[in-house]
Amino acid sequence: MEKIMVCLKRVVDYNVRIRVKPDQSGVVTEGVKMSINPFDEIALEEALRLREQGKATEVLVVTIGSADCQQQLRTGLAMGADRAVLIESDHDVEPLAAARILLKMIEKENPDLALLGKQAIDDDCNQTAQMLAALWDRPQATFASKLEVNDGSLRVTREVDAGLEVIDVDLPAVVSSDLRLNEPRYVKLPDIMKAKKKSIETIAIDSFGVDTTPAFAVTEYAAPPVRGKGIMVDDVAGLVDALKEKGFSL
Amino acid sequence: MSDYRAPVSDMLFAITHLAGLERINRLPGFEEATPDLVEAVLDEAAQLANEVVAPVNEIGDREGTRVEDGKVVVPDEFKTVYRQFTAGGWAGISQSSDIGGMGLPYLVGLAVEEMWQSASLAWSLCPLLTQGAARAIEEHGSDALKALMLNKMIAGEWTGTMNLTEPQAGSDLAAIRSTAVADGDGYRITGQKIFITWGDHEMTDNIIHLVLARLVDAPPGVRGLSLFAVPKRLIGTDGALGERNEVWPVSVEHKLGIHGSPTCVLSFDNAFGYLVGEPNSGLACMFTMMNHARLGVGLEGVAIAERAYQQALGYARDRVQGQKPGGKSGVAIIEHPDVRRMLMHMKAHIEAMRGLAYTAGAHLDYAHHSPDAASRDRERARLELLTPVVKGWCTETAQSLASIGLQVHGGMGYVEETGAAQHLRDARITTIYEGTTGIQANDLIGRKILRDGGQALRDLIGDIQATVDGLDAADERLTAIRDALQTGVGELTAAAQWLAEHFADDADTPGAVAFNFLMLMGTVCGGWQMARAAAVAAGQIDAGAGDRSFCAAKIVTARFFAEQVLPLAGAYRAAIVTGAGTTMALDDEQF
Ligand SMILES: Cc1cc2nc3c(=O)[nH]c(=O)nc-3n(C[C@H](O)[C@H](O)[C@H](O)COP(=O)(O)OP(=O)(O)OC[C@H]3O[C@@H](n4cnc5c(N)ncnc54)[C@H](O)[C@@H]3O)c2cc1C
Repeated sequence: MEKIMVCLKRVVDYNVRIRVKPDQSGVVTEGVKMSINPFDEIALEEALRLREQGKATEVLVVTIGSADCQQQLRTGLAMGADRAVLIESDHDVEPLAAARILLKMIEKENPDLALLGKQAIDDDCNQTAQMLAALWDRPQATFASKLEVNDGSLRVTREVDAGLEVIDVDLPAVVSSDLRLNEPRYVKLPDIMKAKKKSIETIAIDSFGVDTTPAFAVTEYAAPPVRGKGIMVDDVAGLVDALKEKGFSL
Repeated sequence: MSDYRAPVSDMLFAITHLAGLERINRLPGFEEATPDLVEAVLDEAAQLANEVVAPVNEIGDREGTRVEDGKVVVPDEFKTVYRQFTAGGWAGISQSSDIGGMGLPYLVGLAVEEMWQSASLAWSLCPLLTQGAARAIEEHGSDALKALMLNKMIAGEWTGTMNLTEPQAGSDLAAIRSTAVADGDGYRITGQKIFITWGDHEMTDNIIHLVLARLVDAPPGVRGLSLFAVPKRLIGTDGALGERNEVWPVSVEHKLGIHGSPTCVLSFDNAFGYLVGEPNSGLACMFTMMNHARLGVGLEGVAIAERAYQQALGYARDRVQGQKPGGKSGVAIIEHPDVRRMLMHMKAHIEAMRGLAYTAGAHLDYAHHSPDAASRDRERARLELLTPVVKGWCTETAQSLASIGLQVHGGMGYVEETGAAQHLRDARITTIYEGTTGIQANDLIGRKILRDGGQALRDLIGDIQATVDGLDAADERLTAIRDALQTGVGELTAAAQWLAEHFADDADTPGAVAFNFLMLMGTVCGGWQMARAAAVAAGQIDAGAGDRSFCAAKIVTARFFAEQVLPLAGAYRAAIVTGAGTTMALDDEQF
């Protein structure tokens, strides 16, 4: 393989307790720690390992988002990516639009493999990789927990409801990573310092000529309802009554 | 066992707004230390501290260390963590890049150091001492000596130790007896050192012991001490490791806390060593190491209190007990006002201590890197004034904070399995090594206040007053903070005046008031940092910048400190102005 393109998304760090904005227009991100989406970090780790094993020569990281996303691209560079591209957008980009933009990047960069996280932990859509494969008209292997590179193809172990499924896909292909694919490395201090000196290519999202206007309008964000206090029932009959009262039918 | 999450937001706040990272970034040599880089560094260090270092803390406590066949055995996990730490390039974070360090400001290194210390105090001592020893060699060693060992130490490939204490020479280094005899281009060192932290281990191929000893014809007292670098394994001129040197671990101590850190009795028997600096100037050279180490140990107070706080907070959220007045039953104990008081007390002190320790760290950067000599001198004077306060006040306060952390747990806190007790035991050493609190207090009064006629202290008081004057009197959020800090700085001024007038009343006066003076300074300086923090937070809220909830909490926390901690300043002042009085009134037999 020559080139692997890894797609990253900037999300609120998984350790942060999410708070809804008072006006319910979204979640609070001001002053909140942001990170690379954990599944994307796993995707990047896999790409770096493939390169380190001599199975790929270049790892490119790409993200779509605000100028702040440079922070996550820098982390990607510090982990070991060779190049980083920021496709700058001042509004949120939905999965289909993201896939269309990423397809443009693929046409520009000609990677042998596009590696993405299976979903981003902010909206949990789990769509972009699949849409990208369809648009690109190339094979896809989602929820990967193991990757082996063969001549011109990949053997991918997938985590599916029934257990594990092993499939072969011809390259170029789209792979989305699951949690168990690997454990991302700890970034080394000298690499953080070096990453700061690497340049990040920025491309305005409009320059692709793709309409990225959101197709959905979000009406409101709300925190999950607080769990009410439980009640004690005397026996099974009491339990059934209580459930019925709550509107559960058996 | 408890999790640890490095408090990166508060660390960044203290670095940015209290210690003034942007100003440091403008100093020559620190151009790379931009805010975004510093944030990335803290984020990545936090991952390693949280996920790799913190989990071994309890293992170290349980397994401890031992001597076997002339070797010190430490937990395997410590070795694995050490490898990962050095492979990650963290060892030389704030050492100059000319000698293989990363060249980041000391301030940034300090914040990262806090993470290692919170994650595992026992483990963190090994890299801390190594970097301290490397600094002493960097500043005082000959070029040949530096070429021989500095790179290895800065990379953490070899570790370093500090050998002062002997059975008869603890606080009083004048009593040191170890001897050194010239031999070719080196010296032969003989003597016994005790309590040597990380004095031996097998985590690295070599250890460089920095040893205070006396040359044959040296004058008595501290002016007759010279500093030597004694390698565990001899080093050829080509840098290759040779024979084992005659320095051996005799035993390790069984002790209250930091079980994972081997505290060794070391025997030097004609061991080969290199002179560091000039003959008979060993103490001055060692002070290079000790001044860094004293700030570092002060920081240990912050770090261990933070870990104890996180553990207590987690428990307070989980433990259900009792009811609220008004009926709600089965509440988590965090809802009880007295538990809140304990948590607020911990939180407010930790943030104040962190603010003070980091600010002192920034003064160290200015003292070394400010372009003009006048500001370097001014910064050095402030640093020297604050060092015993950071060491003494933060570690003394950490004792009560770790104890309160245990109290939050109730009976479970007293049970070892919970882990709260370890923090209390581990914290206990911090007021003892690197000079006891008594020694810090004497240093503060004698060397840092009286010697310059109180000038450095007056400058500090002036700066605190300027903060008070700068707090917006019309801003209701800051009123209580302003009033309390005004009162606090008034108490400090009064105590300082009393000291100036009465220190010579009798020979025991300075020593009798020293501890209270140190605590008074810590309390007022802590309140000062919290007031500065509150002003920044209020400004951010008004500007719609930053994390609103964090800033709002900062103001409340500063107010808690102002209302519930700063009033102690009056009590300390009241005690100080009684002088040696009753403290020295009884005869020895009356005790
Ligand atoms: C776990 C551990 C690790 C250590 N690591 C190291 C190390 O790596 N290297 C090293 O060299 N040493 C190390 N030490 C030694 C440590 O620095 C000394 O224990 C400490 O300096 C106090 O000396 P001491 O124990 O002799 O106590 P003493 O000096 O006997 O003090 C006893 C008490 O008297 C007070 N006191 C003594 N002199 C005065 C005075 N002039 N004015 C007021 N009060 C006074 C002290 O404050 C203290 O309360 C370590 C000790 C321990 C326990």
